[in-house]
Amino acid sequence: MTSPSQARATIVPAVLERHAAELLDVWTQEQTTAGLTRGAAGDLRARSTEFLRLLQQATAETSGVGDLTAVHGAPFARVREFLGALSRQRAAEGATPSETAMFVFSLKRPLFVLLRREAADADRLADELWVATELVDRLGLLTTEAYQRGREEVIARQQQDMLELSTPVVKLWDGILALPMIGTLDSARTQVVMETLLQRIVETGAEVAIIDITGVPTVDTLTAQHLLKTVTAARLMGADCIISGIRPQIAQTIVHLGVDLADVTTKATLADAFRTALARTMQSVAPARHAR
Amino acid sequence: MSVVRAETVPVRVESDVVVVRQTVRQWATSLGFSLVDQTKLVTAASELARNTVVYGGGGSLTLEALEDGARRGLRLRFADEGPGIPDLALALTDGYTTGGGLGLGLSGARRLSNEFDLDSAPGKGTRVTIARWR
Repeated sequence: MTSPSQARATIVPAVLERHAAELLDVWTQEQTTAGLTRGAAGDLRARSTEFLRLLQQATAETSGVGDLTAVHGAPFARVREFLGALSRQRAAEGATPSETAMFVFSLKRPLFVLLRREAADADRLADELWVATELVDRLGLLTTEAYQRGREEVIARQQQDMLELSTPVVKLWDGILALPMIGTLDSARTQVVMETLLQRIVETGAEVAIIDITGVPTVDTLTAQHLLKTVTAARLMGADCIISGIRPQIAQTIVHLGVDLADVTTKATLADAFRTALARTMQSVAPARHAR
Repeated sequence: MSVVRAETVPVRVESDVVVVRQTVRQWATSLGFSLVDQTKLVTAASELARNTVVYGGGGSLTLEALEDGARRGLRLRFADEGPGIPDLALALTDGYTTGGGLGLGLSGARRLSNEFDLDSAPGKGTRVTIARWR
Protein backbone atom coordinates (compact mmCIF):
# COMPACT_ATOMS: atom_id res chain seq x y z
CA MET A 1 0.00 0.00 0.00
CA THR A 2 1.53 3.25 -1.12
CA SER A 3 -0.22 6.50 -0.36
CA PRO A 4 -0.19 9.21 -3.07
CA SER A 5 2.10 11.51 -1.12
CA GLN A 6 4.59 8.66 -0.85
CA ALA A 7 4.49 7.83 -4.56
CA ARG A 8 7.98 9.20 -4.89
CA ALA A 9 10.07 7.31 -2.39
CA THR A 10 11.04 9.61 0.44
CA ILE A 11 14.73 10.24 1.00
CA VAL A 12 14.36 10.13 4.80
CA PRO A 13 15.64 6.52 5.14
CA ALA A 14 18.58 7.28 2.85
CA VAL A 15 19.48 10.41 4.82
CA LEU A 16 19.28 8.47 8.07
CA GLU A 17 21.65 5.89 6.68
CA ARG A 18 24.19 8.06 4.84
CA HIS A 19 24.51 10.80 7.42
CA ALA A 20 24.15 8.68 10.54
CA ALA A 21 27.39 9.90 12.11
CA GLU A 22 26.74 13.58 11.45
CA LEU A 23 23.14 13.31 12.61
CA LEU A 24 24.26 11.64 15.82
CA ASP A 25 26.78 14.41 16.55
CA VAL A 26 24.36 17.27 15.95
CA TRP A 27 21.53 15.50 17.78
CA THR A 28 23.53 14.72 20.93
CA GLN A 29 24.75 18.32 20.85
CA GLU A 30 21.12 19.44 20.61
CA GLN A 31 20.12 17.29 23.56
CA THR A 32 23.02 18.54 25.65
CA THR A 33 22.15 22.19 25.07
CA ALA A 34 18.48 21.47 25.76
CA GLY A 35 19.60 20.18 29.16
CA LEU A 36 18.42 16.64 28.66
CA THR A 37 21.60 15.10 30.00
CA ARG A 38 20.41 13.88 33.34
CA GLY A 39 22.41 10.68 33.00
CA ALA A 40 26.10 10.46 32.10
CA ALA A 41 27.15 11.87 28.71
CA GLY A 42 28.17 8.38 27.64
CA ASP A 43 24.63 7.11 28.31
CA LEU A 44 23.17 9.84 26.15
CA ARG A 45 25.42 9.05 23.23
CA ALA A 46 24.89 5.31 23.60
CA ARG A 47 21.11 5.52 23.60
CA SER A 48 21.07 8.09 20.80
CA THR A 49 23.23 5.79 18.67
CA GLU A 50 21.00 2.82 19.41
CA PHE A 51 17.83 4.76 18.64
CA LEU A 52 19.16 6.08 15.31
CA ARG A 53 20.22 2.57 14.33
CA LEU A 54 16.78 1.11 15.09
CA LEU A 55 15.01 4.01 13.40
CA GLN A 56 17.17 3.65 10.31
CA GLN A 57 16.39 -0.07 10.14
CA ALA A 58 12.68 0.49 10.57
CA THR A 59 12.48 3.23 7.93
CA ALA A 60 14.62 1.26 5.48
CA GLU A 61 12.31 -1.72 5.92
CA THR A 62 9.22 0.42 5.37
CA SER A 63 10.65 2.41 2.49
CA GLY A 64 8.85 1.80 -0.80
CA VAL A 65 6.47 -0.78 0.66
CA GLY A 66 4.42 1.22 3.11
CA ASP A 67 3.71 4.41 4.97
CA LEU A 68 6.92 5.60 6.59
CA THR A 69 4.98 7.22 9.41
CA ALA A 70 3.03 4.08 10.37
CA VAL A 71 4.89 3.76 13.66
CA HIS A 72 2.41 1.19 14.97
CA GLY A 73 3.34 -1.24 12.20
CA ALA A 74 5.55 -4.32 12.44
CA PRO A 75 8.79 -2.74 11.12
CA PHE A 76 8.75 -0.29 14.04
CA ALA A 77 8.38 -2.96 16.72
CA ARG A 78 11.99 -2.63 17.93
CA VAL A 79 11.75 1.18 17.92
CA ARG A 80 8.60 1.05 20.03
CA GLU A 81 10.23 -1.39 22.40
CA PHE A 82 13.26 0.86 22.76
CA LEU A 83 11.17 3.97 23.39
CA GLY A 84 9.01 2.07 25.90
CA ALA A 85 12.06 0.96 27.88
CA LEU A 86 13.59 4.44 27.67
CA SER A 87 10.39 6.12 28.89
CA ARG A 88 10.06 3.80 31.85
CA GLN A 89 13.70 4.37 32.74
CA ARG A 90 13.35 8.13 32.38
CA ALA A 91 10.15 8.10 34.47
CA ALA A 92 12.01 6.16 37.17
CA GLU A 93 14.84 8.73 37.02
CA GLY A 94 12.27 11.41 37.74
CA ALA A 95 12.24 13.05 34.31
CA THR A 96 9.11 15.01 33.37
CA PRO A 97 6.95 13.86 30.43
CA SER A 98 8.25 16.83 28.39
CA GLU A 99 11.86 15.95 29.06
CA THR A 100 11.16 12.37 28.09
CA ALA A 101 9.42 13.34 24.85
CA MET A 102 12.13 15.89 24.00
CA PHE A 103 14.53 13.01 23.45
CA VAL A 104 12.63 12.31 20.23
CA PHE A 105 11.49 15.83 19.38
CA SER A 106 15.02 17.22 19.54
CA LEU A 107 15.81 15.03 16.54
CA LYS A 108 13.64 17.26 14.37
CA ARG A 109 16.00 20.17 13.78
CA PRO A 110 19.12 18.13 12.90
CA LEU A 111 17.00 15.99 10.59
CA PHE A 112 15.45 19.02 8.90
CA VAL A 113 18.87 20.60 8.33
CA LEU A 114 20.04 17.45 6.55
CA LEU A 115 16.87 17.19 4.48
CA ARG A 116 17.17 20.78 3.39
CA ARG A 117 20.67 20.06 2.15
CA GLU A 118 19.73 16.85 0.39
CA ALA A 119 16.37 17.70 -1.17
CA ALA A 120 16.47 18.48 -4.90
CA ASP A 121 14.01 21.38 -4.96
CA ALA A 122 11.56 23.34 -2.82
CA ASP A 123 8.59 21.12 -3.68
CA ARG A 124 10.47 18.04 -2.79
CA LEU A 125 11.74 19.62 0.41
CA ALA A 126 8.22 20.44 1.52
CA ASP A 127 7.18 16.80 1.00
CA GLU A 128 10.20 15.48 2.84
CA LEU A 129 9.74 17.84 5.75
CA TRP A 130 6.13 16.75 6.03
CA VAL A 131 7.11 13.07 6.21
CA ALA A 132 9.90 13.77 8.69
CA THR A 133 7.77 15.93 10.94
CA GLU A 134 4.96 13.39 10.99
CA LEU A 135 7.37 10.58 11.76
CA VAL A 136 9.06 12.41 14.63
CA ASP A 137 5.74 13.61 16.05
CA ARG A 138 4.33 10.12 16.13
CA LEU A 139 7.44 8.74 17.75
CA GLY A 140 7.21 11.53 20.30
CA LEU A 141 3.62 10.57 21.06
CA LEU A 142 4.68 6.94 21.48
CA THR A 143 7.18 8.09 24.07
CA THR A 144 4.54 10.03 25.95
CA GLU A 145 2.13 7.11 25.87
CA ALA A 146 4.80 4.77 27.19
CA TYR A 147 5.65 7.28 29.91
CA GLN A 148 2.00 7.45 30.89
CA ARG A 149 1.68 3.67 30.97
CA GLY A 150 4.65 3.60 33.32
CA ARG A 151 2.88 6.03 35.61
CA GLU A 152 -0.33 4.04 35.44
CA GLU A 153 1.56 0.95 36.56
CA VAL A 154 2.77 2.90 39.57
CA ILE A 155 -0.78 4.00 40.34
CA ALA A 156 -2.10 0.45 40.03
CA ARG A 157 0.54 -0.73 42.47
CA GLN A 158 -0.38 2.02 44.91
CA GLN A 159 -4.03 1.03 44.68
CA GLN A 160 -3.00 -2.48 45.67
CA ASP A 161 -1.04 -1.04 48.58
CA MET A 162 -4.08 0.95 49.67
CA LEU A 163 -5.94 -2.29 50.19
CA GLU A 164 -3.40 -3.24 52.79
CA LEU A 165 -3.76 -0.02 54.79
CA SER A 166 -4.02 -0.64 58.46
CA THR A 167 -7.06 0.47 60.37
CA PRO A 168 -6.58 2.02 63.79
CA VAL A 169 -8.68 1.18 66.82
CA VAL A 170 -9.58 4.47 68.50
CA LYS A 171 -10.90 5.22 71.95
CA LEU A 172 -14.10 7.25 71.68
CA TRP A 173 -14.94 7.58 75.34
CA ASP A 174 -14.31 5.80 78.62
CA GLY A 175 -15.00 2.13 77.94
CA ILE A 176 -15.96 2.73 74.31
CA LEU A 177 -13.74 1.76 71.38
CA ALA A 178 -14.35 2.43 67.71
CA LEU A 179 -12.97 0.67 64.68
CA PRO A 180 -13.60 2.62 61.48
CA MET A 181 -13.15 0.05 58.70
CA ILE A 182 -12.16 1.30 55.27
CA GLY A 183 -11.89 -0.62 52.03
CA THR A 184 -12.11 -4.31 51.44
CA LEU A 185 -12.76 -6.65 54.34
CA ASP A 186 -11.98 -10.05 52.92
CA SER A 187 -8.20 -10.24 52.89
CA ALA A 188 -5.76 -11.38 55.52
CA ARG A 189 -5.92 -7.75 56.58
CA THR A 190 -9.32 -8.32 58.21
CA GLN A 191 -7.77 -10.92 60.45
CA VAL A 192 -5.10 -8.45 61.61
CA VAL A 193 -7.64 -5.70 62.16
CA MET A 194 -9.94 -7.95 64.17
CA GLU A 195 -7.08 -9.25 66.32
CA THR A 196 -6.01 -5.68 67.01
CA LEU A 197 -9.54 -4.86 68.14
CA LEU A 198 -9.71 -7.82 70.51
CA GLN A 199 -6.26 -6.95 71.88
CA ARG A 200 -7.31 -3.36 72.51
CA ILE A 201 -10.46 -4.56 74.29
CA VAL A 202 -8.22 -6.45 76.72
CA GLU A 203 -5.82 -3.53 77.18
CA THR A 204 -8.48 -0.88 77.78
CA GLY A 205 -11.10 -3.04 79.46
CA ALA A 206 -13.64 -1.51 77.10
CA GLU A 207 -17.26 -2.57 77.49
CA VAL A 208 -18.45 -1.54 74.06
CA ALA A 209 -16.73 -1.70 70.68
CA ILE A 210 -18.22 -0.01 67.65
CA ILE A 211 -17.26 -1.41 64.25
CA ASP A 212 -18.08 1.20 61.64
CA ILE A 213 -18.39 -0.12 58.09
CA THR A 214 -19.35 3.13 56.36
CA GLY A 215 -16.12 2.90 54.36
CA VAL A 216 -16.67 -0.70 53.28
CA PRO A 217 -18.14 -0.72 49.75
CA THR A 218 -19.26 -4.35 49.67
CA VAL A 219 -20.48 -6.62 52.43
CA ASP A 220 -20.62 -10.20 51.19
CA THR A 221 -20.92 -13.45 53.12
CA LEU A 222 -17.21 -13.59 53.94
CA THR A 223 -17.26 -10.03 55.27
CA ALA A 224 -20.39 -10.85 57.28
CA GLN A 225 -18.73 -13.97 58.64
CA HIS A 226 -15.67 -11.99 59.75
CA LEU A 227 -17.93 -9.47 61.48
CA LEU A 228 -19.98 -12.17 63.19
CA LYS A 229 -16.86 -13.97 64.42
CA THR A 230 -15.43 -10.76 65.82
CA VAL A 231 -18.69 -9.91 67.56
CA THR A 232 -18.81 -13.39 69.10
CA ALA A 233 -15.16 -13.26 70.20
CA ALA A 234 -15.63 -9.81 71.73
CA ARG A 235 -18.74 -11.03 73.55
CA LEU A 236 -16.74 -13.91 75.03
CA MET A 237 -14.35 -11.30 76.37
CA GLY A 238 -17.20 -9.41 77.97
CA ALA A 239 -17.50 -6.59 75.45
CA ASP A 240 -20.56 -5.72 73.39
CA CYS A 241 -20.13 -4.95 69.72
CA ILE A 242 -22.21 -2.51 67.73
CA ILE A 243 -21.95 -2.49 63.95
CA SER A 244 -22.63 0.93 62.48
CA GLY A 245 -22.59 2.50 59.04
CA ILE A 246 -25.00 0.09 57.40
CA ARG A 247 -26.26 1.97 54.36
CA PRO A 248 -29.62 1.19 52.71
CA GLN A 249 -28.14 -0.70 49.75
CA ILE A 250 -25.97 -2.80 52.09
CA ALA A 251 -28.99 -3.58 54.27
CA GLN A 252 -30.99 -4.81 51.26
CA THR A 253 -28.12 -6.89 49.99
CA ILE A 254 -27.56 -8.56 53.37
CA VAL A 255 -31.25 -9.49 53.47
CA HIS A 256 -31.04 -11.12 50.02
CA LEU A 257 -27.86 -12.94 50.91
CA GLY A 258 -29.72 -14.46 53.82
CA VAL A 259 -27.16 -13.45 56.43
CA ASP A 260 -28.69 -13.31 59.89
CA LEU A 261 -27.46 -10.31 61.85
CA ALA A 262 -30.42 -10.39 64.26
CA ASP A 263 -28.18 -11.18 67.25
CA VAL A 264 -25.99 -8.18 66.57
CA THR A 265 -26.79 -4.60 67.48
CA THR A 266 -26.62 -2.59 64.26
CA LYS A 267 -27.02 1.12 63.67
CA ALA A 268 -27.22 3.27 60.56
CA THR A 269 -24.65 5.80 61.69
CA LEU A 270 -21.67 6.00 64.01
CA ALA A 271 -23.44 8.73 65.98
CA ASP A 272 -26.39 6.42 66.70
CA ALA A 273 -24.00 3.69 67.75
CA PHE A 274 -22.14 6.08 70.05
CA ARG A 275 -25.41 7.15 71.70
CA THR A 276 -26.29 3.50 72.32
CA ALA A 277 -22.81 2.81 73.65
CA LEU A 278 -23.07 5.72 76.09
CA ALA A 279 -26.42 4.45 77.34
CA ARG A 280 -25.05 0.93 77.85
CA THR A 281 -22.09 2.21 79.84
CA MET A 282 -24.36 4.51 81.88
CA GLN A 283 -22.72 7.65 80.62
CA SER A 284 -24.08 10.74 78.98
CA VAL A 285 -22.87 13.77 77.12
CA ALA A 286 -24.88 16.90 77.89
CA PRO A 287 -24.81 20.33 76.26
CA ALA A 288 -22.72 22.83 78.26
CA ARG A 289 -24.98 24.70 80.66
CA HIS A 290 -23.06 27.94 81.08
CA ALA A 291 -22.45 30.32 78.26
CA ARG A 292 -18.94 31.69 78.30
CA MET B 1 -31.55 -9.86 22.98
CA SER B 2 -28.03 -8.91 21.97
CA VAL B 3 -24.66 -8.63 23.66
CA VAL B 4 -23.42 -5.08 23.18
CA ARG B 5 -20.03 -5.32 24.82
CA ALA B 6 -17.99 -8.08 26.43
CA GLU B 7 -14.84 -8.35 28.47
CA THR B 8 -13.06 -11.22 30.18
CA VAL B 9 -11.00 -10.83 33.32
CA PRO B 10 -8.94 -13.49 35.11
CA VAL B 11 -10.13 -14.81 38.48
CA ARG B 12 -7.08 -16.68 39.72
CA VAL B 13 -6.09 -15.39 43.14
CA GLU B 14 -7.78 -13.76 46.10
CA SER B 15 -6.70 -10.27 45.01
CA ASP B 16 -8.49 -10.83 41.68
CA VAL B 17 -11.76 -10.88 43.66
CA VAL B 18 -11.16 -7.23 44.49
CA VAL B 19 -10.52 -6.46 40.80
CA VAL B 20 -13.71 -8.34 39.86
CA ARG B 21 -15.75 -6.24 42.29
CA GLN B 22 -14.25 -3.03 40.92
CA THR B 23 -14.80 -4.09 37.30
CA VAL B 24 -18.40 -5.18 37.90
CA ARG B 25 -19.11 -1.93 39.75
CA GLN B 26 -17.71 0.07 36.83
CA TRP B 27 -19.84 -1.81 34.32
CA ALA B 28 -22.96 -1.60 36.44
CA THR B 29 -22.44 2.13 36.92
CA SER B 30 -21.86 2.76 33.21
CA LEU B 31 -25.00 0.77 32.36
CA GLY B 32 -26.99 3.03 34.63
CA PHE B 33 -27.91 0.56 37.38
CA SER B 34 -29.24 2.09 40.62
CA LEU B 35 -27.01 2.05 43.70
CA VAL B 36 -28.97 -0.84 45.21
CA ASP B 37 -28.74 -2.89 42.00
CA GLN B 38 -25.04 -2.08 41.68
CA THR B 39 -24.45 -3.31 45.21
CA LYS B 40 -26.43 -6.50 44.56
CA LEU B 41 -24.46 -7.24 41.39
CA VAL B 42 -21.12 -6.49 43.01
CA THR B 43 -21.95 -8.63 46.04
CA ALA B 44 -23.12 -11.56 43.91
CA ALA B 45 -19.97 -11.23 41.78
CA SER B 46 -17.86 -11.18 44.93
CA GLU B 47 -19.42 -14.45 46.14
CA LEU B 48 -19.05 -16.21 42.80
CA ALA B 49 -15.53 -14.92 42.18
CA ARG B 50 -14.42 -16.20 45.57
CA ASN B 51 -16.02 -19.59 44.85
CA THR B 52 -14.10 -19.66 41.55
CA VAL B 53 -10.83 -19.02 43.37
CA VAL B 54 -11.40 -21.14 46.48
CA TYR B 55 -13.33 -24.15 45.11
CA GLY B 56 -12.66 -23.95 41.36
CA GLY B 57 -8.93 -23.38 41.67
CA GLY B 58 -9.14 -20.23 39.54
CA GLY B 59 -10.89 -19.39 36.29
CA SER B 60 -12.30 -16.38 34.53
CA LEU B 61 -15.20 -13.95 34.48
CA THR B 62 -16.81 -12.73 31.28
CA LEU B 63 -18.93 -9.60 31.57
CA GLU B 64 -21.56 -8.93 28.94
CA ALA B 65 -23.64 -5.81 28.52
CA LEU B 66 -27.08 -6.89 27.28
CA GLU B 67 -29.69 -5.07 25.27
CA ASP B 68 -33.22 -6.31 24.76
CA GLY B 69 -35.36 -3.61 23.22
CA ALA B 70 -35.35 -0.81 25.75
CA ARG B 71 -34.06 -3.06 28.53
CA ARG B 72 -30.43 -2.97 29.60
CA GLY B 73 -28.78 -5.74 31.52
CA LEU B 74 -25.51 -7.12 32.74
CA ARG B 75 -24.58 -10.78 32.52
CA LEU B 76 -21.68 -12.32 34.40
CA ARG B 77 -20.28 -15.71 33.40
CA PHE B 78 -17.92 -17.36 35.86
CA ALA B 79 -16.06 -20.39 34.59
CA ASP B 80 -13.47 -22.68 36.10
CA GLU B 81 -11.97 -26.05 35.31
CA GLY B 82 -12.01 -27.23 38.91
CA PRO B 83 -13.36 -30.46 40.43
CA GLY B 84 -17.00 -29.51 39.73
CA ILE B 85 -20.06 -29.88 41.97
CA PRO B 86 -21.53 -33.40 42.48
CA ASP B 87 -24.92 -32.33 43.86
CA LEU B 88 -26.22 -29.04 42.49
CA ALA B 89 -29.34 -28.92 44.67
CA LEU B 90 -27.30 -29.48 47.80
CA ALA B 91 -24.80 -26.80 46.78
CA LEU B 92 -27.69 -24.36 46.43
CA THR B 93 -29.04 -25.14 49.89
CA ASP B 94 -28.74 -22.32 52.41
CA GLY B 95 -26.11 -23.09 55.00
CA TYR B 96 -24.45 -25.95 53.12
CA THR B 97 -20.71 -25.52 52.72
CA THR B 98 -17.75 -27.77 52.07
CA GLY B 99 -15.39 -25.00 53.16
CA GLY B 100 -15.60 -22.96 56.33
CA GLY B 101 -17.97 -20.32 55.01
CA LEU B 102 -21.55 -19.45 55.89
CA GLY B 103 -22.86 -21.56 53.02
CA LEU B 104 -24.84 -18.66 51.63
CA GLY B 105 -22.64 -17.54 48.73
CA LEU B 106 -24.13 -19.51 45.86
CA SER B 107 -27.74 -19.35 47.05
CA GLY B 108 -27.27 -15.69 47.98
CA ALA B 109 -25.92 -14.88 44.53
CA ARG B 110 -29.02 -16.53 43.04
CA ARG B 111 -31.32 -14.39 45.19
CA LEU B 112 -29.36 -11.27 44.23
CA SER B 113 -29.82 -11.77 40.49
CA ASN B 114 -32.77 -11.94 38.06
CA GLU B 115 -31.39 -14.88 36.10
CA PHE B 116 -29.25 -17.66 37.43
CA ASP B 117 -27.76 -20.72 35.80
CA LEU B 118 -25.48 -23.30 37.34
CA ASP B 119 -23.79 -25.85 35.11
CA SER B 120 -21.38 -28.28 36.70
CA ALA B 121 -20.48 -31.94 36.99
CA PRO B 122 -17.66 -33.78 38.75
CA GLY B 123 -14.48 -33.39 36.70
CA LYS B 124 -16.17 -31.00 34.27
CA GLY B 125 -15.52 -27.69 35.99
CA THR B 126 -18.20 -25.19 36.96
CA ARG B 127 -19.95 -22.44 35.03
CA VAL B 128 -22.18 -20.02 36.88
CA THR B 129 -24.07 -17.41 34.89
CA ILE B 130 -26.09 -14.62 36.45
CA ALA B 131 -27.82 -11.65 34.89
CA ARG B 132 -29.57 -8.62 36.23
CA TRP B 133 -31.83 -6.26 34.32
CA ARG B 134 -32.42 -2.61 34.98
